[in-house]
Amino acid sequence: MIRENPSPKHGYPGRLFVFEGLDGSGKSTQAALLGKWLAATGYRVFRTEWNSSELVSSTIRRGKKKGLLTPTTFSLMHAIDFADRFERTILPPLRAGYIVVCDRYSYTAFVRDAARGCDPDWVRTIYSFAPTPDVAFYFRVPVKVTLERKIASRLKISYYEAGMDLGLSEDLHDSYERFQGRIKKEYDRIAITDRMTIVDSTRPVEPIQAELRSAVRPILQGFPKGEALLHD
Amino acid sequence: MIDRTYGTRLPGLPPGELGGKLVVIEGADGSGRSTEVALLKEYLEVEGHPVVDTGLRRSNLVSEEIDRAKQGHTLGATTLALLYAADFGDQLENKIVPALSAGSTVLADRYIYTLMARAIVRGASRDWARHLYGFAFRPDLVVFLDARPEILLHRSIGKYGSLDYWESGMDLCLSRDFFESFFLYQDRLAREFEWMSREYDFHMVDANRRPEAVHAVVRDLVMPLYGGVAKGRSRRRTRPTPPEPAASA
Repeated sequence: MIRENPSPKHGYPGRLFVFEGLDGSGKSTQAALLGKWLAATGYRVFRTEWNSSELVSSTIRRGKKKGLLTPTTFSLMHAIDFADRFERTILPPLRAGYIVVCDRYSYTAFVRDAARGCDPDWVRTIYSFAPTPDVAFYFRVPVKVTLERKIASRLKISYYEAGMDLGLSEDLHDSYERFQGRIKKEYDRIAITDRMTIVDSTRPVEPIQAELRSAVRPILQGFPKGEALLHD
Repeated sequence: MIDRTYGTRLPGLPPGELGGKLVVIEGADGSGRSTEVALLKEYLEVEGHPVVDTGLRRSNLVSEEIDRAKQGHTLGATTLALLYAADFGDQLENKIVPALSAGSTVLADRYIYTLMARAIVRGASRDWARHLYGFAFRPDLVVFLDARPEILLHRSIGKYGSLDYWESGMDLCLSRDFFESFFLYQDRLAREFEWMSREYDFHMVDANRRPEAVHAVVRDLVMPLYGGVAKGRSRRRTRPTPPEPAASA
């Protein structure tokens, strides 16, 4: 059992860095760059992103197709996906002393499920198995900007991403803006209550990345690099 | 609609009164649940009440995933607990709600209580499990068929010809011996049903008897829901003597 350097936030020997924000907020780009830098600096890094688990992606796809999903089951399907990812790929490296870089974490569920009308306390309780991260970056950007980025890169807006199931608008783009607007409002709110580190993501990639690196340096003060485990 | 659930808002429900009754038959594997559900369904239909029966793990959404997960034994405890919850949620919203709103009686062969007990003996906290299923509807009646482990054991062996891996809780690694594991597992489940019986207002029915005798008691519990009068049997049975500790088995 590894007991050195327990995190003041969650007690595990590893560190947990979380990247949150709307689709198109630039968080994945930033997470990838930060992960590269940490690894190049000599830390043991493990990077993971939401929705990568095989288990339920097929179910969600099928459920979407058949229109079986309700806000509650939709929320639970994502909780399954997250729990599977957490038990399999986040907790073991965290216990082994890795820096785990998470592209989306439980906050994604908090904001999305709230936007769908689920009881926030219920959602929080379900995710109570997920420890508090050492730092959670929230990449704040107006919805309009994410939509422009999507259109510019010719990405399709999906039915559920636009919250079309909620009947906010007949028009896909209009529904997207309204639904993502709800999500942003919720992000803005919990960024304060959950003490997330807010990053102005309307700026270019480089200055943001520089800011992130400065932000994690104090957290990594005294945190051992991978080589420290080896004998000479 | 919040007053019909255990406290968690269920978004997206159709407006209007859900007129039907929700009757739950709970009990361990081998307690005679399925037999009682069949008898009660027949009885209610003969009396003129439309009945929709439902059980665990019969929904379209994730039942395949649950089967696959059980075969592979690859899922963590939290993930598996959530998978069952999603399956239940799917049945609640896509089967139970439409049936209740059509005025049918929904007869549930097990409900959230079994799912909660299974999750808790696998490491979930009672509080987490209780909150997780906060969106479930409060039944009009919960009947718990209470049978001694020895009876469960005999029925289980009679049914499968052997002890079932999951019903013996072999995944918990309590014992490598099926027989011993079965008793240890059922004992742990019984402990969870014990506190739930108070919190969720179970009507305990002594199920160490023949199906017809059990049915007569259940029928008397159900009749008042339809304005009928029970035929003089006691409304509530006390719990039979608690099972012997598994160690002595």
